[in-house]
Amino acid sequence: MSDSEKKKPNRRDFIVTATTAAGAVGVGAVVWPLVDQMNPDASVKALASTEVDISAVEPGQSITVLWRGKPVFIKRRTQDEIDSARAVDLSELKHPEKDEDRAKNPEWLVMLGVCTHLGCVPLNDKGDYGAWFCPCHGSHYDTSGRIRKGPAPTNMEVPKYEFVNSNTIKIG
Amino acid sequence: MSDHEYTPKSKVGKWFNDRLPLLTLANHLTDYPTPKNLNYWWTFGGILTFCLITQIITGIVLGMHYVAHADLAFQSVEHIMRDVNYGWLIRYVHANGASMFFLAVYIHIFRSLYYGSYKSPREVIWIIGMLIYFLMMATAFMGYVLPWGQMSFWGATVITNLFSAIPLVGESITNWLWGGYSVDNPTLTRFFSLHYLFPFLILGLVVLHIWALHVPGNNNPIGIDIKKPSKDTVPFHPYIVIKDAFALLIFLLIFAFFVFFSPNILGHADNYIEANPLVTPAHIVPEWYLLPFYAILRSVPDKLLGVIAMFAAIFVLVILPWLDTSKVRSTVFRPIYKQFYWFLVADVLILGYVGAMPAEGLYLLIARVATAYYFAHFLIILPFLGFKEKTTPIPLSITEPVLGGSADLAMARNNSGLKEKL
Repeated sequence: MSDSEKKKPNRRDFIVTATTAAGAVGVGAVVWPLVDQMNPDASVKALASTEVDISAVEPGQSITVLWRGKPVFIKRRTQDEIDSARAVDLSELKHPEKDEDRAKNPEWLVMLGVCTHLGCVPLNDKGDYGAWFCPCHGSHYDTSGRIRKGPAPTNMEVPKYEFVNSNTIKIG
Repeated sequence: MSDHEYTPKSKVGKWFNDRLPLLTLANHLTDYPTPKNLNYWWTFGGILTFCLITQIITGIVLGMHYVAHADLAFQSVEHIMRDVNYGWLIRYVHANGASMFFLAVYIHIFRSLYYGSYKSPREVIWIIGMLIYFLMMATAFMGYVLPWGQMSFWGATVITNLFSAIPLVGESITNWLWGGYSVDNPTLTRFFSLHYLFPFLILGLVVLHIWALHVPGNNNPIGIDIKKPSKDTVPFHPYIVIKDAFALLIFLLIFAFFVFFSPNILGHADNYIEANPLVTPAHIVPEWYLLPFYAILRSVPDKLLGVIAMFAAIFVLVILPWLDTSKVRSTVFRPIYKQFYWFLVADVLILGYVGAMPAEGLYLLIARVATAYYFAHFLIILPFLGFKEKTTPIPLSITEPVLGGSADLAMARNNSGLKEKL
């Protein structure tokens, strides 16, 4: 045994290692396309952003638009709703986030209308906080879309968006 | 089957193997005694298994993106080519994979014809092989319909109309195949369903094919029965595995050449035009691997007889083990059959060539002569040759020709009875 421990690699060892390495690269090159084909394709990526006309939305009203196959809530909040969202002490929150960070323009709250528990769409103007309530497993969200009560772990997600002009929001 | 009992070394292995003898099977496949003189023509079984697995994997992937609907199929194929990540690669591998599959299966079949692998005791292996071949043709044909291009549509129309040649019930059968009064959406959706199913039937038949092979064991280039295991055999692993792997790599080089450098050379440009039930392409031909049968179909002037001739051309292969009356398997020892063998190869190539040409003038004449010769080979030449041909002496073992020139010849002959002990 002590002889074999000291043995230097011979040409056969080199060939075996080189073949195995080349084979591993080859297998990887074959497997990757088979895996990657299930990722979002070019036609899906082409629909990654959407523009929404918000000129007809009145204060207190909420519209729901489809973006990447998911509902996006665009809510024009009343002053009361903004005030109640901003008055909340962060220590009360399960997932502390300032309303100022969630709604850059306080009048407009834009967020994914997807419950962070298991993906249902919460109902508007329902629940203990007069904002959103998920009918699937009873998660209550406040007027900033933050989780206050129930099994959902985090606040409803705010997507990347910008105001193209005062009447149009571009999501994505 | 292996001649020795196998017991797994580990306790867990033994416990499992007593309940499901998978390890015994693995051991059988590893130790399986194989004639040591197998040449590279014997590597195509492994290559074909690879082809089938490749077609199934790429096919399942394509099925994730393809839409089987007359209005959407063509667009969905273009979507695969342009949008889906690596979709172009997967589709080109699948489309060219079909051609490579047939290339390999034709070599495999002609190897069997040359070395008499279809003869007793391997008739069942041969018949299962022919069933696989027939299912392959059906699968490839239906797969070619799915992109819903002009060749897809008109190929489907022509092939399904073959059944209209059947007297009395022909029209009802074609309407039943179509699910309507012409090739249309119902035809497309059922073809997609069956195109997905058949490869798994083929896979099942491949298992039976290999099982049936492992009962008598491999034929070999000199076509004699050998003792197993003996000095005439080597274990399947590593000897045959490494030889098969090397041949597969060479095969993959050719495969990759088509996929990456000329992916459309085996197809037809017309199939990149969406199906139009109102216009038939000027020159309609099937894929290259079906051309010999297409030539036979067109060489007969009568509709029904043409269809019968085409199916008979396949059926005659199924009953080949009983048409070839010679007891000598390998062509190596059959000097006259060897010439007829190469005539047949040339005949099939000629049929393939004229199948791609317009059915008129000289081409039609050549197709008729070649069709007549094709049937004469199997129905007249082979049965008679078995009785008339004077074969050359057959060695007793694979080692004998090697030892033949030495003083050990007598020993080699004497040892043939002792080999079981080795």
